[in-house]
Amino acid sequence: MKVKYFAWVRERIGKAEEIIEPPEGVRTVDDLIAWLSARDETYAYAFEKRRVIRAAIDHAHVKPEAAIAGAREIAFFPPMTGG
Amino acid sequence: MTAPVTIRIQESDFDVAQEIAALSEGRTDVGAVVTFSGICRGTEGGDAIAALTLEHYPGMAEAEIRRYAEEVTSRWPLQGLTVIHRFGRITPGQNIVLVVTASQHRQAAFEAASFLMDYLKTSAPFWKQEESAKGKGWVEAQAHDDAAVARWTKP
Repeated sequence: MKVKYFAWVRERIGKAEEIIEPPEGVRTVDDLIAWLSARDETYAYAFEKRRVIRAAIDHAHVKPEAAIAGAREIAFFPPMTGG
Repeated sequence: MTAPVTIRIQESDFDVAQEIAALSEGRTDVGAVVTFSGICRGTEGGDAIAALTLEHYPGMAEAEIRRYAEEVTSRWPLQGLTVIHRFGRITPGQNIVLVVTASQHRQAAFEAASFLMDYLKTSAPFWKQEESAKGKGWVEAQAHDDAAVARWTKP
């Protein structure tokens, strides 16, 4: 699946998007954050304020407990500040 | 009948008068047009701002605004709705966002525009970065924006 990062999450990870293949046990958005954070320090730093990180699956906002099965694109970003 | 909805996410500026005309010109059924323009301020908390750079999530930005536009047209009797949100580098005095609502009566037009702006601020995937003498920094989300959205939730 494709993962995209925006704003300071993107800056901390150092890339705007990537293709990942999480193992089977990674079932929810929260699991995915934990799995990515365990990969290396840049992810751990990007996701350190876990409660403020927002996520979207296929262009719609989702909660941390949302299942990622079947997702084409998952995005992580800080709270929105548009308008 | 559902109102025509126009949503544009663009780097270029927009012309407010032209967008009003697009919703009301040549029509006799529109009795009220409300516009909200969001403009880049030159100061923030006493600090001078050189510019804002707006990052967005292409694809989701339009999809998210469309979801709220559909809710707006189902909650209020509108005859037209236009939402334009810019991205890229914007300097003080320049336009950032525009909401135009057209209705037969003013109350629906005011409320629909207000609702859309409250949701835009907290749900549309845009992020502002400020440039000032201190350097660049991401704007933090405001608790009062979340409170503004909460007032629209049906009991």
